[in-house]
Amino acid sequence: MKAHLTRRYRFSASHRLHSAEMSEEENRRVYGKCNNPYGHGHNYALEVTVGGQVDPRTGMVCDLVELDDFVGRQVLERLGHENLNYLDAFKHLVPTTENLCAEIYHTLQRGFRAAVVEKVRLEETMMNSFEYCGSEVEGAVIRE
Amino acid sequence: MVYLTRRAEFSASHYYHNPALTPEENQRIFGKCNNPHGHGHNYTLEVTVRGPVDARSGFVMDLAELKAVLNREVLDAMDHRFLNKEVPEFRDCIPTTENLAIAIWQRLQPKLKAAELHRVRVYETPDLFADYYGEP
Repeated sequence: MKAHLTRRYRFSASHRLHSAEMSEEENRRVYGKCNNPYGHGHNYALEVTVGGQVDPRTGMVCDLVELDDFVGRQVLERLGHENLNYLDAFKHLVPTTENLCAEIYHTLQRGFRAAVVEKVRLEETMMNSFEYCGSEVEGAVIRE
Repeated sequence: MVYLTRRAEFSASHYYHNPALTPEENQRIFGKCNNPHGHGHNYTLEVTVRGPVDARSGFVMDLAELKAVLNREVLDAMDHRFLNKEVPEFRDCIPTTENLAIAIWQRLQPKLKAAELHRVRVYETPDLFADYYGEP
């Protein structure tokens, strides 16, 4: 039987929303306070959902130790307590939570083999969250 | 179509052990969860039903009825119990969060007449939950 398992993680990081394609004035208008050149930070909450058949031997969809280990190394250690704008992934990409959500999804899709990653959900604050499940219209998510 | 979710909480103990595996394998796969004396969680259960809104009552289904079914079929059987020893489904099935969601679905599904069961979500902790949608 197919079940879906979701694990929740937390990390803190800073960013500045600023697009090289916009004028200074346009950046200020579009991103508001998030365009502050010194940056600002968030406590992000990350939810990773994997899905698949429940293994009758273990009763599990996915070995949680493997998931924690992968997310710990590839996401939390890489992003935690960093300024996102300085990371390679965001050199030419505005580190909005939409783009961060998709970046984390692709990191998991590329490297995690123990189960099928179905969804990444990212809370930037308690008041807003973003979900990404892969997309045929990739261009809609990746803003340079 | 409107989706209605009811939340309930229960506390229970369990341990993970597959008798077909060696003690070493059990220990390696399940780690601390393999302690045969069990350990416990405060589970949060979310049951989502769906259906059209009844024009007369404005309900998808009567919440009191949903609560009564949840109490009778799930909480009376699982709250303050040792799942491996006291819940029949887990005599031969490891009570992981995934299997718990499936077992709760199978208990509720035949008893819910007024609306269609859509999802069973079981939180083992605030940071870990399993969803079951009745998929084979």
